[in-house]
Amino acid sequence: MTTRPPIASERADREAPKLRLEGVRHAYRELEVLDGVSLRLGAGELVTILGPSGCGKSTIFAILTGATAPTSGSVLVDNAPLGRATERFAVMPQSDALLPWRRVIDNVTLGLEVQGVSRREARERVTPLLATFGLDQFARAYPFQLSGGMRQRAALLRTVVQDRGVLLLDEPFGALDALTRTDMQEWLESVWDTFRWSVLLITHDIREAVFLSDRVYVLSPRPARVVAEVTVPLPRPRRMAQLSSPDFVRTEHELRQALSAGRADATQT
Amino acid sequence: MSVHGHVPGLSGRRPAGRWAWVPALAIIAVGIGAWQLYATRSGVSPQILPSPARVLQAGWINRGALWTNTLATLKETVFGFGLAIVVGFVLSAVIDASGVLRNALMPLLIGSQTLPLVAIAPLVIIWFGFGLMPKVLLVALLSFFPITVAFLEGYQSTDPDVERLLASMGASRWRVFRSARVPTAMPFFFAGLRIAITYSVVVAIFAEYAGATAGLGVYIQEETHVFRTDLVFAAVLVTTLITVGLFAATYLLERIMIPWYRMSRQTARR
Repeated sequence: MTTRPPIASERADREAPKLRLEGVRHAYRELEVLDGVSLRLGAGELVTILGPSGCGKSTIFAILTGATAPTSGSVLVDNAPLGRATERFAVMPQSDALLPWRRVIDNVTLGLEVQGVSRREARERVTPLLATFGLDQFARAYPFQLSGGMRQRAALLRTVVQDRGVLLLDEPFGALDALTRTDMQEWLESVWDTFRWSVLLITHDIREAVFLSDRVYVLSPRPARVVAEVTVPLPRPRRMAQLSSPDFVRTEHELRQALSAGRADATQT
Repeated sequence: MSVHGHVPGLSGRRPAGRWAWVPALAIIAVGIGAWQLYATRSGVSPQILPSPARVLQAGWINRGALWTNTLATLKETVFGFGLAIVVGFVLSAVIDASGVLRNALMPLLIGSQTLPLVAIAPLVIIWFGFGLMPKVLLVALLSFFPITVAFLEGYQSTDPDVERLLASMGASRWRVFRSARVPTAMPFFFAGLRIAITYSVVVAIFAEYAGATAGLGVYIQEETHVFRTDLVFAAVLVTTLITVGLFAATYLLERIMIPWYRMSRQTARR
């Protein structure tokens, strides 16, 4: 048997996306929320859904987690229809949703506990990651004893250790003050660089989208559809210093244009 | 950061620090002093109004009988209260799980709280005899309701984000109940517990009044008949001490069972 270079179709197979949405529509009673959203997320890719508030971004997550069903369209995970959604995705909600009666260590193992992993094994799995998440000194602390940034890191750790294929981050830093948010974005970029999870991120913060993403889908106001798909050309690891680089500024501008074009379309119809 | 499920009122604002008990003690001391003066100076008969000193003295002399009867009452209260907690929790869980059962049970439960104790106590004694059982049942009957209501209120205040998160993890309803709803309800439960415990001792004593062989209710009844007003007062004093003691015990229990709650509130207030 001779070796030959992989042909295009094989390469496409190998790079089959973790997640693909095709023409997903969703209506809540009379209200059209999603107007045919198509997007894909490759393995080890960080893709952002950028859209104005209330455009239906969170509905996409609700569909992915099985909380609601699309009216039409298809959702494929690893090229197969979405089955038991909870086994595919780990969600980090907008609010950190840490349980105030559990210590940090018991909060971050919550997902594993629900999966039926024993407490001892769950702790063993989590412990090596505590330092990376800056929580090793706070494993025994209660959530109310943590700063806003630490709470978000704990929430992310709880998401990551569930070991699902795809992480869904829903405006993870939305509740933080501007300075902490910048710190957290830089920190997330550095840990993501290490672990390369497949991440779908929701945000309405353009700068956050550029700084963190490989690709960005821009949504129109409700009913949401994709008005632009933008690849971020910045090399990794990224630093806040790149904020003023020409590539960064250009991408930021491109996204802002797409957002306002989407809004203009929506007001015309 | 606010913590979900703050209970207003009972566990609320208490003056902090080691001097918090001084005003309470001062007002009690003034009251007892005035009483002592009146009882000794006005020439009122000790059978009508014994002086506090006389009450203490008579109580001390009769401490054996007081102690035996106190134990009987305390046992009824604690058992009845334990039963009330179990029944109160189980009912709340059942009601929380099913809207149909909520509609079916709530009117019945509210109705159970309208039963006049004077009518029901003798009946329960007739049905279950003069032993421990009827008192335990009566205490439970009159104390479970605030506990059930407290739990239900508590479940309602569960953070919806937490419930959605657990659902996204694949948690069952039972798991959500266990891991989110019950812990959220715990501070509410303790508030309900404190409401219920203040009258549980009185209910036990009243139940004894309706028919018993031992207990502070029996003791008060007997001493009233022989005009030992000083011993009646002594028994009343013991009743108060038991109630205050049980009330304080709920705080101790709260600190042991939900240590995070007090700590988080203190942090939030700072």
